[in-house]
Amino acid sequence: MSVPRKKLSGGQRAVLAAPYLWIVVFFLAPMALIAKISLSHPAETRPPYEPTFSIDDGLAGVLAKARTLGFDAYRALADDRLYLDSYLTSLLIAGVSTAIMLMIAYPFALTMARAPRRLRSLLIGLAVAPFWTSFLIRVYAWIALLKDEGLINHALMALHIIDAPLSIYATNGAVVIGIVYSYLPFMLLPLYSALERQDPALREAAADLGASPLQVFWRVTLPLSRPGVIAGCLLVFIPAVGEFVIPDLLGGSETLMIGRTLWNDFFANRDWPAASAAAIILLALLIGPLLVAERARLRAEEEPS
Amino acid sequence: MRFARSLVLLLGFAFLYGPILILAAMSFNASKLVTVWGGFSTKWYVALLDDAATLNAAKISLSVAALSAAIATLLGLAAAVALARFGGFRTRGLFFGAVHAPLVLPEVVLGLALLSAFVAFGFERGFVTLVIAHATFTMCFTSVVLLAALRGLDPSQEEAAMDLGATPMRAFALVVLPAIAPSLASAFLLAFTLSLDDLVIASFTTGPGATTLPMRIYSQVRLGVTPEVNAISTLLLAFVGIILAISALALNRPARDLA
Amino acid sequence: MPLLSVEHASKRFGAVVALDDVSLTVDSGEFFALLGPSGCGKTTLMRLVAGFETPDSGRVTLAGQDLAGAPPHRRPVNMMFQSYALFPHLNVFDNIAFGLRRQGASRVAIQSRVAELLDIVQMQNLGARRIEQLSGGQRQRVALARALAPGPSLLLLDEPLAALDRKLREEMQFQLKDIQRRLKTSFVIVTHDQDEALALADRIAVMRAGKIEQIGSPPEIYERPASRFVAGFVGATNMIEGFVARDDGGWFVAPFGRLKRADCALRDGARAALSLRPEQIVVARDGEGVPGVVEDIAFRGETTQLRIGVAARQALRVSCTNGNRFSLGEPVRLMIAPDAGVLFAEAE
Repeated sequence: MSVPRKKLSGGQRAVLAAPYLWIVVFFLAPMALIAKISLSHPAETRPPYEPTFSIDDGLAGVLAKARTLGFDAYRALADDRLYLDSYLTSLLIAGVSTAIMLMIAYPFALTMARAPRRLRSLLIGLAVAPFWTSFLIRVYAWIALLKDEGLINHALMALHIIDAPLSIYATNGAVVIGIVYSYLPFMLLPLYSALERQDPALREAAADLGASPLQVFWRVTLPLSRPGVIAGCLLVFIPAVGEFVIPDLLGGSETLMIGRTLWNDFFANRDWPAASAAAIILLALLIGPLLVAERARLRAEEEPS
Repeated sequence: MRFARSLVLLLGFAFLYGPILILAAMSFNASKLVTVWGGFSTKWYVALLDDAATLNAAKISLSVAALSAAIATLLGLAAAVALARFGGFRTRGLFFGAVHAPLVLPEVVLGLALLSAFVAFGFERGFVTLVIAHATFTMCFTSVVLLAALRGLDPSQEEAAMDLGATPMRAFALVVLPAIAPSLASAFLLAFTLSLDDLVIASFTTGPGATTLPMRIYSQVRLGVTPEVNAISTLLLAFVGIILAISALALNRPARDLA
Repeated sequence: MPLLSVEHASKRFGAVVALDDVSLTVDSGEFFALLGPSGCGKTTLMRLVAGFETPDSGRVTLAGQDLAGAPPHRRPVNMMFQSYALFPHLNVFDNIAFGLRRQGASRVAIQSRVAELLDIVQMQNLGARRIEQLSGGQRQRVALARALAPGPSLLLLDEPLAALDRKLREEMQFQLKDIQRRLKTSFVIVTHDQDEALALADRIAVMRAGKIEQIGSPPEIYERPASRFVAGFVGATNMIEGFVARDDGGWFVAPFGRLKRADCALRDGARAALSLRPEQIVVARDGEGVPGVVEDIAFRGETTQLRIGVAARQALRVSCTNGNRFSLGEPVRLMIAPDAGVLFAEAE
């Protein structure tokens, strides 16, 4: 459907101008800038990359400098095992975490959606409330639980289930646990709203037509909740790939996730072009899921009024 | 069946709240060891009072959160009004996409981009750049909340006000604002807590002299689990918990509408 | 001079033509209805008058004054919205006073005007109620009072009774008519309900696909529909396809027999359609007329609807007051007067 173009009135322009300018200056321009920096060479100057463009150079100056742009940073990333491993580990950890989260969140959301009506909003409210509390602190809380001398090992040994402490802390497994825990509310909310909306009469109709409870679930409940499953998975997978705090606090030194590698390149190595190229590649990796998420949201929010 | 459901709920909530509650309990542990209960004590809280750096970081975090949330709410409101009410203006698609893109953008990417821009613009990094960065990344959340509120509003309410002689501005102030007031409050709270909680973007965009509480906690956490960090964390959790409870009661609606 | 005049108004939304060269006038004190199926453009036309849409071409004038460029808040026209659009954060009194406050009326003037309107809509003492405490019928009346409060010269009503159940709707029809007669304000009502239009309006404009098909008084519209569409949309009808025979006076040749016509201006052999209202057909056990068989009987209280099979796969709906005398399968005769119904030429 073609959107009819419209001329805006003066007042409308004034309302639009503030957020528009802000977004252009503080979002679109910065994004364009890192795309540009990723094509530059590292330098010892401040800002630590070359060439820098400035309006004083004039068009000729900019063009001359533009010739010195290059894909060195990208070539270096392609050669560097560190980055390749980071990308693969990030996708793997995010994928495994998303799958585990779905398996935990689905029965949880289903139980809440089928709870007595007056309890439902209280339950889902409690389930997403941790989202409001500090992410950092929630990740930190797991250190005390997962450490070799932490509470979980302590409890398991006291119960004589294990003899020696399990090494969970500082492994990829700990990162997965941290992601599952931190992002669970994001998975719960779309699942819950998809499940809560389902008309109970549909299940009754299926049962009436001879479906067993298991068949009702597989043939009716699960297919109908698909939009919720997709939304939930995207909502947790995308940020999990670029996660920094969780691998940094719970992961070991060998846990290479792209967010952390990028952070180190930036703060420790001061290699801005490499970090920018890593960010651009991260976006490229996520572009598929991002577009799917964007489409889903557009469909939900841009319904023709 | 009933039993199975209760068990699922019990396990689910234990998983969600267990670690937080254990952390809070540990902050009252006189012993420095996680696995040893050395008796109830508030000494870690008392120690906090002498920690000037942490108190200062808390002050900065609260100011940044309040200021950036106010800016993000106003910008988000303007963006939502434009998207919900101005029809299909030129470059609307670009605007819609750009406003909401930070929702799904990895924080490291946004932080890096903002820092590069601040350096390129020649902005001295510190409190101001921190506020700008937080307003930018929380604006998409406020816009989503307010856009949903405006879409949920019957447009004929505004038309009725204009039909009865109110100018478009007055119709907005007299009819739309009261109707979306709860959503304005949730949008502000959302932006406030997101800003208060942010570590990654703050680390990129702040400068010396403007260390936020999450940055301070992070630097201490890297040194290991300490009872002092447990105490700050518990205070922060309690603070957000109280805000949540008050807003849930005041708005007289379930907390999920705020999310 | 008419109060409201719409001249050659057209409006498109993208590829959709909402209004196509529409002209009409509404007189002072008149109760005018815009009737048509959903999507026919009647709501767009109303919003054009209120100022919420601007015409692509054409003119809207009120008491001789061109309304082009006047925003809704400067038009002396008020609208009652289909959803009522009552302000949920204001009570009944403040809702009704909203327009008066915009006019800058004094406290005293507002007090007495709101009291007067509460009186008109029979909601005395309910001024302090919150909107959510009101029943559907009460909300409808508050919406009416609110739109009337600023004293508009023209009141627009968008499906004002659509949200009410049938009993309440019929009761409110009388009230609405009564209020309009007392205030002598012009009312323009948009409705898709032909019964409502017929019962309320002095004149009706029947619309279809952005065009006005016919403007006329309710009896004119019902008895002399200008097109097949009007005949089919307003009231129930039997639409019979056939052709004209001009031998020995005028005849309409239907699949089930020849019907004598009094009003035939069409040429011999022309394809035509005859619209016959169910009550224009007289059914009898015997005598002259079209033979048929009773296929169905539906008792409707004051009337009985019969379905009479007259030819293979063709049946006529007949409405009569004594339908109970017949039984299923009974052979009957249908008498159709030469001046009953309306004959429409068919496109060849």
